[in-house]
Amino acid sequence: MTYLYAAYIATWAIHIGYFTILLRRYTRLRNEIAELEGRTDLQKLK
Amino acid sequence: MSTVGALTRATLAKDLRLEWRSKDAINSMLFFSLLVVVIFSFSFDPTAEESRQIAGGLVWVAFLFAAVVALNQTWAREMRNQVLDAYRVSPAPPNALFLAKVVGNFIFVTVLQALMTPLFIVFYNLRALGPAYQLPIVAALGTWALVVNGTFFAAMSLRTRSREIMLPLLLFPISIPALLAMVEATGAILTGEFSARFWIVLLAAYDVVFTIASLFLFGFVLQAE
Amino acid sequence: MKRAFPILAVLTGVLLSYALYEALVVAPTEQTMGNVQRIFYYHVPSAWTAFILFFINFFASIVYLIWRANKADMVALVTAEVGVVFCTVVLVTGPIWARPVWGIWWTWDLRLTLTLVLWLIYVSYLVLRRFSSSGQTPLLAAVLAVFGALDVPLVYFSIWFFRTQHPQPVIGGGGSIDPRMLHVLLINWLAFSCFAALVCWSRYRLEVMRRDLDETLALEALLEPHGSSTRTSHTGSAG
Repeated sequence: MTYLYAAYIATWAIHIGYFTILLRRYTRLRNEIAELEGRTDLQKLK
Repeated sequence: MSTVGALTRATLAKDLRLEWRSKDAINSMLFFSLLVVVIFSFSFDPTAEESRQIAGGLVWVAFLFAAVVALNQTWAREMRNQVLDAYRVSPAPPNALFLAKVVGNFIFVTVLQALMTPLFIVFYNLRALGPAYQLPIVAALGTWALVVNGTFFAAMSLRTRSREIMLPLLLFPISIPALLAMVEATGAILTGEFSARFWIVLLAAYDVVFTIASLFLFGFVLQAE
Repeated sequence: MKRAFPILAVLTGVLLSYALYEALVVAPTEQTMGNVQRIFYYHVPSAWTAFILFFINFFASIVYLIWRANKADMVALVTAEVGVVFCTVVLVTGPIWARPVWGIWWTWDLRLTLTLVLWLIYVSYLVLRRFSSSGQTPLLAAVLAVFGALDVPLVYFSIWFFRTQHPQPVIGGGGSIDPRMLHVLLINWLAFSCFAALVCWSRYRLEVMRRDLDETLALEALLEPHGSSTRTSHTGSAG
């Protein structure tokens, strides 16, 4: 019976793990973009 | 089509001549193959019955290592001398270059196998209980399978980081059906328990599929690189 | 379009919860294996989803090879990543299921072995994407995907024949299936498909952001010949 729960929990652990990786990449991207927009020389491109 | 043939032969002849003159790659590879055989023999010390069953796997893993070492330096000379750039701007069909490389590697690895096999026979007291004439067929088909994909993936790995590890990383998963076939066929022939026919047919099919695919797609790889 | 995303998210959440309830409570208990068999309702839909994602990847790779559409490359990348995630689930739940039922962790079961090989091929695909320089990554990756797809039938036949020569236990449970179990299976499959779509969509949007940023940085580097920016842009589409 514990095997059943182990399998279900493992499944969601893997999915949540991947989701966490994506979330981390997203926040890092957001920071990069914010930093970029903070720099004035970007106005040249706009 | 005749240009492809002529070009292939010319490139192949050049490669063989260069290799024969310098002998740099082949000497180190010979020694490496010998080392592999000896180390494997230390690791496994089976009875005659057992050795016939596992020899298929052992031999092909050893051949695989030797092949990877050979494949890794396939394009080294071309890289050093910017040959690929020249090739890209020339009207020569890229398939000719690829085919020449594959045949060159095939000859190379077959030579290594020819040297390693007697050693294996000696260390493991091997004797084929099944139809021994099938063994060279399996060897040829199996080697071609490894070499055709290996040369292709070696070209794909040229501009990647960690080039040497990228080749086996790409090659091994794709080669799994061929490796399974080689090992099972060799085991079947040595033990005489099963017929190796299905595996030989599978290997032939694998060779056909991937030779065509490689010839077809090599142009992309050359262009990309 | 923007509103569809939260709607899908909520729908997926509801479906997954309902499917879980069905799998754990409603589905009848299997005769020989007992409750452990319920792993089936997570194991099989994950396998189907992974295979479908890889199929989409193959299709997108071909589109890229012919038309060099950037969108096709992004679809290929996204489906490969999410496919590997689902594949990992199959490879983890498989042994967890096999252990109490057969007493062994692994067997060269046809579906499990095929999943393993696909997982290996696509992990090598993702490694190639990460390690090659950004200019030709999409092209090389597309070629590799085609090679992988050509390999699959060969893998299938080789394992199939291997199993006839060396008989192995079957994990999936062959034969006909109880219609109530089939019902629960399909509900879980639907739930996981929606979930996969959701994850793919999110990953796609992330990739669009990433590529836009890379483009901007590259443009900036072009316009700043003295390199006043100390940042280096991330190369590689999987970054």
